[in-house]
Amino acid sequence: MTAVTVENVGVEIDRTSILREVSMTVDAGSWIGIIGPNGAGKSTLLRAIAADLAYEGSIRVAGDERASLDARSKARVIAYVPQRPMYPAGMTVFDFVLLGRTPYMGTLASERAEDIASVWDALSALGIADFASRDVGSLSGGETQRVSLARVVAQGTAVLVLDEATASLDVAAQHEVLELIDSMRRTRSITVISAIHDLTAAAQFCDTAALMDAGRIVALGAVSEVFTEPILRAVFEPTLRVMQIDGMTVVVSLRSKGALDGK
Amino acid sequence: MNAGRPTATKVHWWWIGGALALTMFVALGASLMGAVDIAPAEIFRSVWSRIPVIGGDNPPDARTDAIVWEIRLPRIVLGLLVGSMLSVAGAAYQGVFRNPLADPYLLGAGAGAGLGATIAIVYLPEIGWGMFDPLPLAAFVGAMVGVGLAYLLGYTVRSGRTSVTLILAGVAVAAFLTAVQTFIQQRESDTLREVYGWILGSLNTAGWSEVTLVAPYVAVCGGAIFVYRRLLDVLAVGDTEAAALGVKPQSLRLLIVVFATLGTAAVVAVSGLIGFVGIIIPHTVRLLTTSSYRAIVPLSFILGGGFLVFADIIARTAQAPAEIPIGVVTALIGAPFFAVVLRKSKGIVS
Repeated sequence: MTAVTVENVGVEIDRTSILREVSMTVDAGSWIGIIGPNGAGKSTLLRAIAADLAYEGSIRVAGDERASLDARSKARVIAYVPQRPMYPAGMTVFDFVLLGRTPYMGTLASERAEDIASVWDALSALGIADFASRDVGSLSGGETQRVSLARVVAQGTAVLVLDEATASLDVAAQHEVLELIDSMRRTRSITVISAIHDLTAAAQFCDTAALMDAGRIVALGAVSEVFTEPILRAVFEPTLRVMQIDGMTVVVSLRSKGALDGK
Repeated sequence: MNAGRPTATKVHWWWIGGALALTMFVALGASLMGAVDIAPAEIFRSVWSRIPVIGGDNPPDARTDAIVWEIRLPRIVLGLLVGSMLSVAGAAYQGVFRNPLADPYLLGAGAGAGLGATIAIVYLPEIGWGMFDPLPLAAFVGAMVGVGLAYLLGYTVRSGRTSVTLILAGVAVAAFLTAVQTFIQQRESDTLREVYGWILGSLNTAGWSEVTLVAPYVAVCGGAIFVYRRLLDVLAVGDTEAAALGVKPQSLRLLIVVFATLGTAAVVAVSGLIGFVGIIIPHTVRLLTTSSYRAIVPLSFILGGGFLVFADIIARTAQAPAEIPIGVVTALIGAPFFAVVLRKSKGIVS
């Protein structure tokens, strides 16, 4: 089953074309990694899918055109964590996660018991129930990522769009968060679309990958098809190596011989 | 088992009760203070005699009754309305712009009202207006025009249009309108004192007609901001995330700004540009309770009224029979008080 269909999507910002003829389909329950160099258009694509960006072409989420959904209905089917989320000082973790229930609350209504319950469910699923009353402004990088994930879990959507969820984390924390996302995906059959810079992590966690360059998708398919030296080298750098360690794909970037000779 | 588990930030009943008690205490105190000593019982009788059906029919002597009913009470009620509106508008502006320095005059409402009032004072008395005082209307229109211009300018910016663009547009509009206002004021120096007096704010024109003029604005605008208090919390995570959470940040911001501006314009029209209330009251509430607008909006509304009535007691008694401009008092007592709150707090401002 297809969760998200992107067809011939183009995005222009200030008369500059940022995305061109982007097409892809994402299977329900799968994890697609959007990879590519800085400025390739990854964040723009994610914002067109999940947030408020105007686009040409068609983006269908669970059968509905994204642009034709009103803000609340859209927020019930697709959740989004930006590259640098804002953690307002003074807001408790619980209140921050409760914001995920906004699309289910009327303007005049306050939170119901089921909203509180789903916040608790999200907090315990991400192992952060202990600091529910802490200030989000005082958390560490790894903790804030969990808090953001808890918010989108509380939002209860079938599709989760993450823009560099782990960019600012150390190796261990990054793996921890990626494992959490993966277990959310499996236990709650969530479809994950994530921009990801760490190619090795992408290779190990994603089912499929879309390689972007200069506003287009230049390679799309299963990780094993996209993560080959010829394809990645064409976009990133010619010294890039794709290797297998213990049956897992690892991507490393080596310094060129010329640079080393100068030492 | 659920007991003791942290949950959503609550607006505790004792916060609301405490704020109400404090404000009522100040209002009661204000009714007792003035050039003439009047016993609490006589104030009660003056009010009680005006309550239909159940009310009594033995008002105090005519002079006392007039002092209480025509002078003190309308001034207290107007102070409550003006203070509540300025505080809640300040809270709303701080919320939609995610800016702790935002106040009700941020987008040019203050400068526009100042210019409108100056034009009314300087040029309009020469025309026969009969009983009608053009000043409040001119100030009201000026405030709305100021914010309207800021919004127009903000929206003509083609790229990178954010709430910061709008604030900068407001700064430009306010600077321009203030310059025009100062120019007129300096040219017509015989009205300088009157213009200056208006700008510093005062409640000394208060009568029941002013109260009935602004009360509907305060009720509707304060009520609307109260309705949107939860969405102000959503805006705290930024426009993109708010949009992903099912809110339309641009339209929500416009809506709240319209209500905050309308209410501000209505109260400055009768009271002048009373400063500082819209900054210190919401921040004091924030520092003492929580940063959630679910608490800040109602508590600012209640305490803002009490604070302004308190400032007005000082304004009219400290140098009696002369009056100190209330804007001077709000800053004189507000700034040190706020400094204490800020030092004792955990330092959470935004």
